[in-house]
Amino acid sequence: MTATARPAAAAEPAERMTARVPRAGWTVVAGKEIGDHVSSIRFVVLLIVLGIAAGIPLYFAADTIRQAAERASEAAAIFLALFTIGEETPYITLRVDTFVALVAPLLGIIFAFDAVNSERHDGTLPRLLSQPIHRDDVINGKFAAGLAVIGIVLVAMLAIVSGYGMFRLGIVPEASEIFRLIAWTAATFVYVALWLAFGLLLSVAIRNTATAALVGFGTWLFLTLFGPLVLSFLAPIIAPISGATQEQVYSSAVFQDTITRLLPSNLYQEISVALLNPSATQVSAPATIGQAIQANQQVGTLLSLDQSLLIVWPQIVALVALTVICFGAAYVLFMRQEVRA
Amino acid sequence: MTAAAAPQARPAARPDAAPPAPLVTRRLTKKYGDLVAVNQLDLEVRRGEIFGLLGQNGAGKTTTILMLLGLTEPTEGEARVVGLDPARSPREVKRRVGYLPDAVGFYDDMSGRANLRYTASLNGLSGRDAERAIDAVLDQVRLTSRGNDKVRTYSRGMRQRLGIADALVKDPDILILDEPTTAIDPIGVQEILELLQTLSRDQGLTILLSSHLLSQVQSVCDRVGIFAAGRLIGQGTVQELAARFIQDQATIEVEFHEDGDDAELAQRVEGALAALPSVTAVARSERVGRPWHVTVTPAAAEAEVREQIPAAAVAAGLRLIGLSPHVPSLDDIYRVALRRRAEERAARRAARAEKAAAGGIPTTSGDTPTTADKTAAARPTRHGRRSRRPRS
Repeated sequence: MTATARPAAAAEPAERMTARVPRAGWTVVAGKEIGDHVSSIRFVVLLIVLGIAAGIPLYFAADTIRQAAERASEAAAIFLALFTIGEETPYITLRVDTFVALVAPLLGIIFAFDAVNSERHDGTLPRLLSQPIHRDDVINGKFAAGLAVIGIVLVAMLAIVSGYGMFRLGIVPEASEIFRLIAWTAATFVYVALWLAFGLLLSVAIRNTATAALVGFGTWLFLTLFGPLVLSFLAPIIAPISGATQEQVYSSAVFQDTITRLLPSNLYQEISVALLNPSATQVSAPATIGQAIQANQQVGTLLSLDQSLLIVWPQIVALVALTVICFGAAYVLFMRQEVRA
Repeated sequence: MTAAAAPQARPAARPDAAPPAPLVTRRLTKKYGDLVAVNQLDLEVRRGEIFGLLGQNGAGKTTTILMLLGLTEPTEGEARVVGLDPARSPREVKRRVGYLPDAVGFYDDMSGRANLRYTASLNGLSGRDAERAIDAVLDQVRLTSRGNDKVRTYSRGMRQRLGIADALVKDPDILILDEPTTAIDPIGVQEILELLQTLSRDQGLTILLSSHLLSQVQSVCDRVGIFAAGRLIGQGTVQELAARFIQDQATIEVEFHEDGDDAELAQRVEGALAALPSVTAVARSERVGRPWHVTVTPAAAEAEVREQIPAAAVAAGLRLIGLSPHVPSLDDIYRVALRRRAEERAARRAARAEKAAAGGIPTTSGDTPTTADKTAAARPTRHGRRSRRPRS
């Protein structure tokens, strides 16, 4: 600053020359955003959605778990069963982990779809950017705020489920189960961050908030409901089965599996399975008869956390990578955008 | 140092003899692809003055302001704001420049005070310092009583005043206001202009404001710069500009009582007035009352001509009902300046076409397309043509 100042500028009073430029503008932005989120209607939506996600499966899990507990010698990691046991209905699987997988994208989009474009629309963005902060402080602060609010409620929800399990059902977690739960929470965090980053990207790229919301929810709906459906149509077209040799059928299955792995919801679900169930030794359906036989003949065993992590390590890396890509895209786009509307 | 302490701590006049201009640009240029938004801008705003940046919509005013704040990077040239380069140290510049954007927005669900508090905290002010600064600026813009109401309930004029408070809360050295009076009722405009004058006088603030409502800001600006199609086509006080663009001319507005035939009246008026010495033109204006405009060259002869008009009217049997010297307004200057640029440009284009026809030089022109091409302002002559290179 002083290096670029002209000599005559030294006539300025010293305290004005060193006018305070706040160090971490993003914390100020994040603080304001958290305040906005907590007092907004979307926070109520967050509470209701996560409340349902925890409450309904827990009700069924509590029922099932009592039966399971009677055969306690067979049940591995019974505390984690709180999150993975539920009611299987034809329409929806009522389990905490499935519910969270279902609503996390929704929450991510709700908390980010209007982050930047609403400021642009309301004419607050030029005012905000003309304050002495870095431009990325705005987008970093908004991302951090969304993550913090969802994260806090998520952790609170999981704590309530755990507490209910301990208090009402008398199930006490072992240390390894707690670590697994923490690992799973961290993975959920990344999954929420991915959709938050996606929402942020939409809010930067699409000027109209309503359009951004529609595109966001559309994407979520498409990937959740139709993603697997489209895949099962696509795979035979790209790698046909009919009249195929065994190798071709195999490659078709592998192909389908590969595509499936690109869906964030699948990645997350596979991570969930491995982390919440120590007896899971593979996360995807066996692709060959040989694998199926192998899985069938396997002696039931409990994996340690690091072994479970090892199984889904590719999935974890992919999930983190997708998050980084989404946030990176939003970040770059925001930095390159003109300030004026 | 807080805004509250500012008036006492900052004397309006500084003791050091020639402080550097707080706001200078050198050949500042911004291009969006082929579009030249701001073209070779040389601007100098002096300490403590109110400078008006005037021009039509799309003339490049907002782009210039964004470059001064480091919110967009110049393609060429540089700016100096309080001695700093906004492209290289935008945060330091933004710490010391208050900015009221065009069509300023606020968080509607927050109170005016909460909006200001957010700005204060982004500027590193918090706690009691921030509250004191907010009290001071709310008082300055006379919003103290409404400070705790939600911005949603504010009128347009109040929002604009809150915007000025928002720009002031960081205790800036320079205030940059983009279209501060647009879409506000006349009384609101008067309030804002008076506020700006007070700030300039009492706090020694340097103020740069942009506007397309020329006559509105004419009254408060110490100096103005006239902007057209990305270029500054004139800079100085209104008098200086008038002298430069309206040249050695004066106009007298004359009204006659009308009865009977229009054409016959016109003939008589022209006959009577055009015969007077120093009168170079007599024309009827389209304004209400349809007064006559008598052009006098040189301007010094204006009083003499005005003296002779009643006698000439009586001699011609005309009933004179109004006589007044017509002072050129900024609007007039602006119109003349634009027209002259357009003429120069057309002449140059014709010359080039002629040359091309004669010598086979390609006509792909050196005129870069501009945001408001139809106004066709060409380079001010003092820049010469040296840097006007044709694009390949």
